[in-house]
Amino acid sequence: MEYLKPDEIVELFKKKLDESAIIDSRVETKTAGVKKNSYSVIWLQVNPISFKDAIKLLCTIQFPHLAIISGNDLDKEIELTYHFSIYYGGRFKEISINLATYLPKEDLKIPTITDLIPGAQTTERELKEMFGVTIEGLPDLPNIFLPQDFPKGVYPLRKDEKGVEIKVERKDEVKKIE
Amino acid sequence: MSKMSYSVPIGPVHPSLKEPMTFNFEIYGERIEKVNLAPGDNHRGIEFMGRQRNPIQIIYLAERICGICSASHPFAFCQAVENAAGIEVPERAQYIRVIIAELERIHSHILWAGVAAHELGFDSILYLTWRAREEVLDLLEYLTGNRINYGIFMIGGVRRDITKEHIPRIKKTLEYYKDIYAKLEDVFLNDPTIALRTKNVGILTTEDALRLCAVGPTARASGITKDIRQDQPYAAYADLEVKAITPDALTGEVHGDIYDRIIVRLLEVVQSIQIIEQCIENIPSGEIIAEKKLVKLLNQLKKAKGEGIGRHEAPRGECIHYVKLNESELPEVWKARAPTYNNLMTWVPMLIGQQIADIPIVIASIDPCIACMDRVTILNKDNGQKSILAKEDLHKLSVQKTRRITP
Repeated sequence: MEYLKPDEIVELFKKKLDESAIIDSRVETKTAGVKKNSYSVIWLQVNPISFKDAIKLLCTIQFPHLAIISGNDLDKEIELTYHFSIYYGGRFKEISINLATYLPKEDLKIPTITDLIPGAQTTERELKEMFGVTIEGLPDLPNIFLPQDFPKGVYPLRKDEKGVEIKVERKDEVKKIE
Repeated sequence: MSKMSYSVPIGPVHPSLKEPMTFNFEIYGERIEKVNLAPGDNHRGIEFMGRQRNPIQIIYLAERICGICSASHPFAFCQAVENAAGIEVPERAQYIRVIIAELERIHSHILWAGVAAHELGFDSILYLTWRAREEVLDLLEYLTGNRINYGIFMIGGVRRDITKEHIPRIKKTLEYYKDIYAKLEDVFLNDPTIALRTKNVGILTTEDALRLCAVGPTARASGITKDIRQDQPYAAYADLEVKAITPDALTGEVHGDIYDRIIVRLLEVVQSIQIIEQCIENIPSGEIIAEKKLVKLLNQLKKAKGEGIGRHEAPRGECIHYVKLNESELPEVWKARAPTYNNLMTWVPMLIGQQIADIPIVIASIDPCIACMDRVTILNKDNGQKSILAKEDLHKLSVQKTRRITP
């Protein structure tokens, strides 16, 4: 099997996709142990329009392993990060690829990737429940982590008015006396 | 009469479970035709709780995600924070982390062997294996102060050192496991009844394992050489020789059945012993933590900006944490993923075509964090009659099958 270097993978993404597809890219190299052997982590920010194409391109390198999709509420938009890894199976060969995309809150839609990677179903359903992101093409299945009678329109991991109220009082916080 | 199929829901809650779950089976006669998974019956909202805690407080919350993987989650979380904030871990701390993680793997795999034997109806082996597990728990208590939830991980290193006085005791435990391993191997791999119950049962093909993103021994037993300790070595694993174990190392072929999963886990116990021995031999001297003063560390984290992932090969598979720091006391994002989350979907191809009596062992075979079923309702579609099978009844069915096929 032919292994591409992390920089070459970033180049491949920039070349094969539209000009505006890759907004930002970063390659990190981490070292470990006494011998300081290194491994690489790639961070890419992808335009939501080209997102499905980026996943398709990733699938041509090697069938990727999808670990999880994480979400982050940034007030006006929601950031989704897909954590992949490729080139597993060889010592020191694996590269982590994190694809991030920003969705505006007025248009919270992203196509499903379960047609390419069936294992993504659980995490896409979680995303749908916790952040209220519409996954286009995902069958309408019942709630996976939240109770079936959970109120509609409430998304627990959102930080805006659609999220849930924090009812925990922190006892360790010192309150200022005015 | 037309073809009569039953709908069998199994689950959801049992107090001893970490992730209770409901299974809905469509049964025709004894054969499983369709499986629906419905997890989340006891979703604790750990990530939500993490939003009100600073990174050091989250370590102890992460430790309590799982009672058995209680080194894996803080290991992955600390790595994620270190990657995000750019903290270098001293080499000695990296070796101590690996020793604790591998000791955990020994106890987790031996615990699993006991659970699997129990599901098959061999309670004497359950007692044998769980007695053997006590030895490593005692060692962990000796090294860290706790049998589980070790509380040894800290961002930038570990909290306790392994000194010269500790070494003989570690060596004694490793010798004990070398002795008992031959017995375990004989019991699990040469017993005709275990072979009958586990060979060609609950098969997961290589292709399905890839497509469903399976991790850990479940993926390796299906022939995927995927192990983060080998593929993307972190901490001291980068210095050590680690090779992903697939069942063909012993038998020469890969079937992807339960028997193969037993082989992988047993061989990994031996591998863990070798890794710990290498660690003890090569452990460098020096500091065990990058920043001793926690207030200073918290201030450093408060000023940090960045994102990072931490991955660790837990006994059950890849455990990944994602942390984003944004110059505030609390991390902006903390996402934790346990290995069972990915292995969940693999139950569907494994269970279809199996018998009701095989459900317990197939479900236990991926070593889920949910290994227990507390009640089963059998709904007769024709007359709407409901009958409830308790976990004990299901267990009894499994034991009866073992008795029936014992030569």
